[in-house]
Amino acid sequence: MADESRINISNAAEIVTARRQGRVLAVQLGFDGSELTVIATAISEIARNILEHAKDGEVIISRCNHRRKCGICVVARDSGPGIADIDQAMQYGYSTHKGLGIGLPGTKLLMDEFHIVSVVGQGTTVTMKKWRH
Amino acid sequence: MQVPILKQGNYLIASVQSALSDDDLRLLRDDLSDRVGRFRSTGVIIDVTALDVIDSFATRTLQSVAQMLKLRGAYTVIVGIRPDVAFVMVQLGLTLADVGAALDLEEALEHLNRRSHKPNEYRTMRTGDPRGSARGGGAPSRPTLSGVNRRQDQDEKPRSGHASPRSLEHGR
Repeated sequence: MADESRINISNAAEIVTARRQGRVLAVQLGFDGSELTVIATAISEIARNILEHAKDGEVIISRCNHRRKCGICVVARDSGPGIADIDQAMQYGYSTHKGLGIGLPGTKLLMDEFHIVSVVGQGTTVTMKKWRH
Repeated sequence: MQVPILKQGNYLIASVQSALSDDDLRLLRDDLSDRVGRFRSTGVIIDVTALDVIDSFATRTLQSVAQMLKLRGAYTVIVGIRPDVAFVMVQLGLTLADVGAALDLEEALEHLNRRSHKPNEYRTMRTGDPRGSARGGGAPSRPTLSGVNRRQDQDEKPRSGHASPRSLEHGR
């Protein structure tokens, strides 16, 4: 069982690949029902963010453990322009693109843990986790 | 992958078969907009049963397709949003304004028939123009698709989980 998959994101078809791989790993980890859709949607949002703002990057999906908890960890990394004001980017409805401004804040709502680190001119890394309940 | 579009009377039916890329969505939008004009369609049904994820991008796109078609004179009904997809959409705060929603194709056709019937009947009564009723040709010609009938149909829902070919034949 592969515990980690790495997907390059440079076009829209790879977003679909990423969320499909995420779903496969989530099934292996014992997630079911709507949790699978939650995870796939979160990956989709975060991968699209890479594509829209940084043009390319990668999504790494892996298993994670904390004490007796088991879950799925998704890291989305790009070396794009970075985010100057993370608080603003995390505001519901705020978008620099012509989007709905739901991508980042919405994904945070979907997952159990969500961290974002960004350096202007160097890139952005989002790390998010969902624990199996 | 291109989305196949079927013509059914006054309506168009687009069945989304797999996850759509941005180009596919653009193609779908242009295709539908073009055909709504060519066939004078008054309703468009977009079947999304095959979509396992509807994220903010897909929602925004469906929304803009529906709004554009509205400006072209057609009303859009989305069919087959899965329960877990609906759950996630609500969690994300995604909504579809100006768009109808139905569980299956049969219900979507009924939805459009109900919408198109009222103004058509009104026009026929006022002007006596036979074309008024002909234009509702996608609908069953019985003008009795009232709330009472609808309720009966809804009670029968468990039997009609899938779009029945019967409802497709009505419009011929």
